[in-house]
Amino acid sequence: MCGIVGLFLKDKELEPRLGEMLTQMLITMSDRGPDSAGIAIYGRGRRGKTKLTVQSDRPDQDLDDLAPELGQAIGTEVGIRRIDTHAVLDLEAGRVHAARKAVRELRPGIRVMSDGEVIEIYKEVGLPKEVADRFDLSRMEGTHGIGHTRMATESAVTTEGAHPYSTGADQCLVHNGSLSNHNDLRRKLMRKGVRIESMNDTEVGAAYLTWKMQNGASLGDALDSSLEDLDGFFTFVVGTRDGFGVLRDPIACKPAVMGETSRYVAFGSEYRALVSLPGIEGASIWEPEPATVYFWSH
Amino acid sequence: MQTYDLTEKGLRGLNSILHAQHEETNQVSWEVVNPRGSHAIAVGLDAPLEVTVKGSTGYYCAGMNQGATIRVEGSAGPGVAENMMSGSVVVEGDASQYAGATGHGGLLVIKGNASSRCGISMKGIDIVVHGNVGHMSAFMAQAGNLVVCGDAGDALGDSIYEARLFVRGSVKSLGADCVEKEMRPEHVDILKDLLERADLHAKPQEFRRYGSARKLYNFDIDNVADY
Repeated sequence: MCGIVGLFLKDKELEPRLGEMLTQMLITMSDRGPDSAGIAIYGRGRRGKTKLTVQSDRPDQDLDDLAPELGQAIGTEVGIRRIDTHAVLDLEAGRVHAARKAVRELRPGIRVMSDGEVIEIYKEVGLPKEVADRFDLSRMEGTHGIGHTRMATESAVTTEGAHPYSTGADQCLVHNGSLSNHNDLRRKLMRKGVRIESMNDTEVGAAYLTWKMQNGASLGDALDSSLEDLDGFFTFVVGTRDGFGVLRDPIACKPAVMGETSRYVAFGSEYRALVSLPGIEGASIWEPEPATVYFWSH
Repeated sequence: MQTYDLTEKGLRGLNSILHAQHEETNQVSWEVVNPRGSHAIAVGLDAPLEVTVKGSTGYYCAGMNQGATIRVEGSAGPGVAENMMSGSVVVEGDASQYAGATGHGGLLVIKGNASSRCGISMKGIDIVVHGNVGHMSAFMAQAGNLVVCGDAGDALGDSIYEARLFVRGSVKSLGADCVEKEMRPEHVDILKDLLERADLHAKPQEFRRYGSARKLYNFDIDNVADY
């Protein structure tokens, strides 16, 4: 099943409340996905700096001295902000590639969740409310964010099976549905040198989009071609630096509801995810059309 | 008029109270407030009640209805009035996918648009949509009437057995074995009655009728090599 929520703010006055609004939406979607939950939040960034969000199942062992050791390895200062099993590393934008490589060597147990100027991805196994509390999601601020509650169908209930998946700098993907050709596509992508870490179908979808974009496609083009190359059921929500996009497969049996007012654009797998948003009574409520790519951006 | 606050008292309580009403009940009229998109509101009613839901509903509202009149003063989520036997359901806003699926009888009126698969596998229900319907509507329809005052999406009436489909606007494409058919006087009469009952002032003559070409009823030996 799975639940997806997304919130894109038009009114800057709502930005301090982004985390609170998204958390409420996420918890409402608990019975669509009680296994695990995740959120991509687009907050403040600094020009020329990149945030590398990492996770470890043994945070005390892996994260305690990570910043100085990583700084030494890549020859630049690295800042760190620890949040439960996650940490946000702050470093020079040009050093991301080196940092990813060094993290893999220094701490093989660490998983990189995302990188980018503004994005931070947090995800863990557990009920959405527990996950939200662990990361204090309701206090996070930002311009937009997307969240996911997972009911596992295609792979095990693990942190790497949870969404969102990073698809590139400041980009991510969440998915409701199941891809039926993911094994074949995983083999093809891995032969082309694409790194895929789990047996999860959505990770393959994310890797596919990343690979398309690395070969020159825009995100919109990559999503369009996914209609041809991905077989199965999907409602995708993609987060971008400036906003988010939505795509449903041509059959469109996975639900999707949009709500728009002068202050925000909201996405929910169901209408009940939107009912606590301010001014929802007067919002324009509609369902995205199948096989159609939508984007909202600043 | 009985008022039930769904947020305060919960869903099971509502459906239990409604199920407890028998045919001669004097508590006929019910109002459900604060639905907040909840699932399975007023499902399985079997007494001649009048239930008004003050807001939008989630999955499967008014499913399996037998004899009640249920009005949703908002939009309805997937599967509204699924498998209705008799009575009527009116949605003031839009309806999500598979509205009226597998319905055996009664009348479903959607005053906004209906999404994909409206009337899928309908078995005798009458459905009147004031706006448009999405793709694969009336898929495998077996009996009943689907009236669409706006446009129909792709593959209308795919693999249709029987049932009459009336569309006033455009049809994006017809599904397998669904064809346009002649509008005879008896069809005008059926449509006129449905439009009146659905509170619509459209002229029956503006509609086109679609139905089964009955080519899929029997196996065609010329297709044997396709399997």
